[in-house]
Amino acid sequence: MRRSTYEFGSDVRIEETATIVGPREKDGPLGKYFDKDFRDDLLGQKSHEKAEIKMHVTLLRYLLNKSKHDQNDIDLCISGDLLDEIMGTCLTMREFDIPFMGAYNACATFAESLITAAMLISGGKFRRIISSTSSHFSTAERQYRYPLELGNQRTPLAQWTVTGAGATMLNDSLGTVALTSCTIGRVVDFGVTDSNDMGACMAPAASDTMQRHFEERGVDPDYYDLILTGDLGDAGSRLLKILMREKGTPIGDNYNDCGVLIFNRAAQDVGQGGSGAACSSTVFNGYVYKKMLRGEYKKVLLVPTGALCSKTSVLQGESIPGIAHAVSFEVI
Amino acid sequence: MSEPNKRYLELVSKKMPKSRHLTTMFRAFWTGGTICMIGQAFTDLYSSLPAALPEEDVSALTTITLILITAVLTGIGVYDKIGAYAGAGSIVPITGFANSVVSPAIEHKREGVVLGLCSNMFSVAGPVIVFGISSSVVVGIIVLIFKGAFV
Repeated sequence: MRRSTYEFGSDVRIEETATIVGPREKDGPLGKYFDKDFRDDLLGQKSHEKAEIKMHVTLLRYLLNKSKHDQNDIDLCISGDLLDEIMGTCLTMREFDIPFMGAYNACATFAESLITAAMLISGGKFRRIISSTSSHFSTAERQYRYPLELGNQRTPLAQWTVTGAGATMLNDSLGTVALTSCTIGRVVDFGVTDSNDMGACMAPAASDTMQRHFEERGVDPDYYDLILTGDLGDAGSRLLKILMREKGTPIGDNYNDCGVLIFNRAAQDVGQGGSGAACSSTVFNGYVYKKMLRGEYKKVLLVPTGALCSKTSVLQGESIPGIAHAVSFEVI
Repeated sequence: MSEPNKRYLELVSKKMPKSRHLTTMFRAFWTGGTICMIGQAFTDLYSSLPAALPEEDVSALTTITLILITAVLTGIGVYDKIGAYAGAGSIVPITGFANSVVSPAIEHKREGVVLGLCSNMFSVAGPVIVFGISSSVVVGIIVLIFKGAFV
């Protein structure tokens, strides 16, 4: 396969970030790192889809206020979510006069959006781009699983979709954290057919992308203070560690998973941990970015992972492919 | 990269956590039994009414009562919590069937009454109805042919 790692030096920087989360995420171990939260997961709306839209709109407005920019300062918004036709994001962008491009890579959407933004900014024609993703537990359950009130049991492998949204404002000059490089992943399918077992679907993709990232960038896993996958969950993370060890680049204590970090698995009944398009975007924009500003982490590799799962293809007997993109951030 | 990787799939089935069958079976056993006991209590209650009801009416009334209770519990968001604990214990009795009709109805009400609620109401329970009706037709034909043998 051809090389797919690109370096940006310090041309692309994070100017500001914003996060908004639901009650379960706020009550989780990272609760205090999130900017905004809400207790009613309907946000006073008539449906959970409308609630997800309101959440995303609130987030983008808040990010604009926080960064003291108005809509005309933003060259482009690259956003996505998990719903059919990325409906939540499209209706969100109806509220803004900002050029918009939709993105979809399941739970790796945040990475796709960051990478596209970084490429455009480093190309010189764009100055300031917002990357954002949202997901909502109740809309995702409905999209991919069963009605909320159906009395069924979750398998031990199930994960809990994060209710929330996270946004990163990238630009070409302001900020102390740079998006230094990225590795674009390929679709990897090892034949897992259990749509509850997202961790196992995505672990091979994560391992493939990370492997290539280390090789093509010429660094060891130890180069980073923190390596963070998107939403492999607890069991999926263990699979990834095994895969990385087998291929000769073991990852150690600097490795963690956003889905594992965001919830307290023992107390919050979330199965293997968090998942969803907002899992990596809330954890990165809330927790990791703030830690980088304080200097606690200097070099971070974020690897959002996506299970490219469709209800139709699973019913037609297809296995579930995974994808993962790697994005590195460094304090400059 | 797309070919089933046998070695990986073996690793997955070895390393990933499994359902704890003994625990889930025990929970299903006692909750399912309790639901049936409640049903029996209604049957006893309806048979002891002053207006002596025929046996068929009593069992129909019991079924209707259980369905009503489930529909209310589903509506106020309790039945899914029972189901998360009980598993098959609350899915197999008639209450589980009622829940599987009411829950998609609630969920799809937002897309309108006809195309939302009505067309999605049986999205979960549909197969049960199809198999129920089909098997009753087959049994009916068998009874018709061998009627003499059953008398």
